[in-house]
Amino acid sequence: MEFGFTTAAYVVAAVLFILSLGGLSGQESAKRAVWYGIAGMALAVVATLIGPGSGLWLLSVILIAAGGVIGYYVAQRVQMTEMPQLVAAMHSLVGLAAVFVGFNADIELGRVLAMDDTARKALEGFAAVLAKKTSVEVSILRVEVFLGVFIGAVTFTGSVVAFGKLAGKLNSKAIKLPGGHALNAGAAIASIILGIMYFNDAGIWTLILMTLLAFFIGYHLIMGIGGADMPVVVSMLNSYSGWAAAAIGFSLGNDLLIVVGALVGSSGAILSYIMCKAMNRHFVSVILGGFGNTSGPAQEIEGEMVPTDTDFVAETLSEADSIVIVPGYGMAVAQAQQSVSELTKRLRDKGKNVRFAIHPVAGRLPGHMNVLLAEAKVPYDIVLEMDEINDDFPDTDVVIIIGANDIVNPAAQEDPNSPIAGMPVLEVWKAKHVFISKRGQGTGYSGIENPLFYKENSRMYYGDAKSSMDALLGKIS
Amino acid sequence: MIIGAAKEVLDGERRVALTPDSARQLQKLGYECAIESGAGEAANFSDKDYTEADVKVVADAKTLWETSDIVIKVRPPETSELELTHEGQTVISFFWPAQNGELLQQFADKKVNVLAMDMVPRISRAQKMDALSSMANIAGYRAVIEAGNNFGRFFTGQITAAGKVPPAKVLVIGAGVAGLAAIGASTSLGAITLAFDVRPEVAEQVESMGAEFVYLDFEEEQQDGAATGGYASVSSPEFREAQLAKFRELAPEVDIVITTALIPGRDAPELWTEDMVQSMKPGSVIVDLAAEKGGNCKLTKMDEKIVTENGITVIGYTDFPSRMATQSSTLYATNIRHMMTDLTPEKDGQINIDMEDDVIRGATATKDGEITFPPPKPKIAAIAAQKPKEKAPEMTPEERRAAEVAAFKDQTKKQVALLAGGGALLLLVGLVAPASFMQHFIVFVLACFVGFQVIWGVAHSLHTPLMAVTNAISSIVILGALLQIGSGSWLVILLAAVSVFMAGINIFGGFLVTRRMLAMFQKS
Repeated sequence: MEFGFTTAAYVVAAVLFILSLGGLSGQESAKRAVWYGIAGMALAVVATLIGPGSGLWLLSVILIAAGGVIGYYVAQRVQMTEMPQLVAAMHSLVGLAAVFVGFNADIELGRVLAMDDTARKALEGFAAVLAKKTSVEVSILRVEVFLGVFIGAVTFTGSVVAFGKLAGKLNSKAIKLPGGHALNAGAAIASIILGIMYFNDAGIWTLILMTLLAFFIGYHLIMGIGGADMPVVVSMLNSYSGWAAAAIGFSLGNDLLIVVGALVGSSGAILSYIMCKAMNRHFVSVILGGFGNTSGPAQEIEGEMVPTDTDFVAETLSEADSIVIVPGYGMAVAQAQQSVSELTKRLRDKGKNVRFAIHPVAGRLPGHMNVLLAEAKVPYDIVLEMDEINDDFPDTDVVIIIGANDIVNPAAQEDPNSPIAGMPVLEVWKAKHVFISKRGQGTGYSGIENPLFYKENSRMYYGDAKSSMDALLGKIS
Repeated sequence: MIIGAAKEVLDGERRVALTPDSARQLQKLGYECAIESGAGEAANFSDKDYTEADVKVVADAKTLWETSDIVIKVRPPETSELELTHEGQTVISFFWPAQNGELLQQFADKKVNVLAMDMVPRISRAQKMDALSSMANIAGYRAVIEAGNNFGRFFTGQITAAGKVPPAKVLVIGAGVAGLAAIGASTSLGAITLAFDVRPEVAEQVESMGAEFVYLDFEEEQQDGAATGGYASVSSPEFREAQLAKFRELAPEVDIVITTALIPGRDAPELWTEDMVQSMKPGSVIVDLAAEKGGNCKLTKMDEKIVTENGITVIGYTDFPSRMATQSSTLYATNIRHMMTDLTPEKDGQINIDMEDDVIRGATATKDGEITFPPPKPKIAAIAAQKPKEKAPEMTPEERRAAEVAAFKDQTKKQVALLAGGGALLLLVGLVAPASFMQHFIVFVLACFVGFQVIWGVAHSLHTPLMAVTNAISSIVILGALLQIGSGSWLVILLAAVSVFMAGINIFGGFLVTRRMLAMFQKS
């Protein structure tokens, strides 16, 4: 049974998905791009329901609607600061769905192979596709199923752990079971052996066992990655969920699944690459957790941290002409974005040039800070990327750093022995005054001392980011 | 406790250590303030002003010294004042303990605590009480004003109906606080300002003030000023020669020379020699801010203004801050007030000379009958040592072109290699795999390629929405579940149903969240 109509719809859907991703190159076109994505998805689902997936279609529609209600509810309720958790949680759903679909493929395959020729002819839908396969194609199918299930399973547990870490339900520190990477490697090798057995008709138990091993790998891999590397982890999981979909697409012989899976997979891969580059880390070393070895003792820091108070900060701000605000994860934790936005508005009303400098890895998700600031109604044209604003710091009067640490650490440039040496950072220390809003004297996620705090033009403005900003608002009318 | 401000004994000293404003601040710390009658007169603060600020006006010095627990002054105390002190009293003023060893001993013998304002260490935290800097700032400004007063021309160049006036050329030697203040005043008056300092790292500061830094043709690893707490140190004879040669070259051109070169604990170095003075144009002015230490120019006479035979005015005043008594008193009183704030951590009006505190330890010259001068090196270095900057080698146009061509070639090579490798790999797969697989595989490879091309264009700020969208569309696995749900055993149906359900959550949740996010982005 061929469905020319379905294939045509798939092509249109694929084009819509590509346009949807391409549209994200600008804030304005992005609003249109989402609609492309929605249209593409609707088209794909409807075409499948009418065409090859018409069996039990009523059940499918009901289930989609039920899922839709939950999805709608979650999407409306979630706070913007909880975005990283949400994305991670949703990845886990895709991963698990991929695992189930993979299992189904195997069960169906077993059922079809057991039939004789006449029974096969009577089959419909997916089973009919399977029935036509030659023996070589069947073994390739098994490879595809195996890959899809493996990647899906890793994505599932990995995303669950990432969700737990981001939501603060699990310790965000890197934790490894005794055995460390060897354990992962062992599990991976065992999975491959199981896979080979599976290819040789060893039965479904090999697939189940392999899934359990993959669950463990996903769990242990992400447990071993610290909180600061979360942007990479989330985008990496995003990539995995795409590859899983693509592998499933192969096993089902569905081109749209392959196309979309490849799009998502490459998008996640590129994002991971961008994040790693922004941290000057090697992708492998992020995945394996922990910082690279340092070649010598860290440079000694001279000077002292000088605390300051609200009055002084307010006074300096009122005298400044150009102000740059550097937000970090601390702003998200303290939910200070509204106060920061209000402060920005008041300063701008006084004719001051207020801008935001966003480091690519600020926060726990690529682009995290942008979303938070957008939520607080900070106009996006004053929110600049690192490369756009780094040259402007020498002409800046005041820099306010809110809950950021490693991304403004001058050791990255000055100290070749620093663990973050070579990481591109915001050169805030070149400004005339730097205020650092911070809860205490502790180090950042990477646990590295920050010489910025000891510089002569730096002043520490201790306190919770939100209450500090609110106190400032009291002084600036 | 009572803080008393004594009237300055030295003739011609117009400054005062307490202003009505600073008195109000000191009262907040829990102190009572007193002042000797007429002490603020020369700085335009009348006794009435003080009374209004609840400062007790005391008739004479004797009563003031008797009744005050803490006496604040500007100039170092004189022997006559030593007589008036009593045990346990604290004196805060400039003291120059290194030069006034004998007086220091006498104060120690009388068990009077001395805090020398000139010994406040130069660290960030202590800037607010660094009276030397605030006085030097005034001296630098005033030096320009005095020079202008004795200079017969405009500072700024003008083209008028009555003819063209060339701008004055000012050379400032020594770009410390005073030098920078002089540069600021001089450039804002419109003069062409040149500046020199032995510490090359101040060139940036000089240029930021609008002056031109005079560089020497001299190859020597110069010592970073950070090693000596931000002060200049003695330079090598060769360096000195190069420096003098440069000055000799500049002497005929410049109209005004302001020298501020001092090395701590030494006589001022001679930088403006007699022959340079000879070669200057008549009417030119030299202001020597180092006059107190013998002067940077040999002809300088301390506290005097002289005119040389060839018509050069040489000003050797040492009382520039005192000449602007209102301003300098305000700043000095504020420095003292900050010092008292640090000395009164409890804000209870009781002085606490905490020898653990770097700043207070540095300033304390005698305590409880012991001489505590010189202080140990502060725990914190004043200025972080600067790393020698590596200059990026300037590329010639040819080199740049060559680099570009090489980069282009590299890129081409990489791309060709990638294409060849990828193509070979595809061929290999094609040899083994059946045609039906290859069909899908090609779709896959093309989709990856499109994905890579498209995603690079996504704006940084939209990375979170991108993740949400890709997440939503990755729930395309729903298609797989939909295909399977219709055919097969109950187990398949169950698993497929769960998958459809989960993917459904994901589709709606993902797209809605993305829309919510994007709706928030707005232009100003």
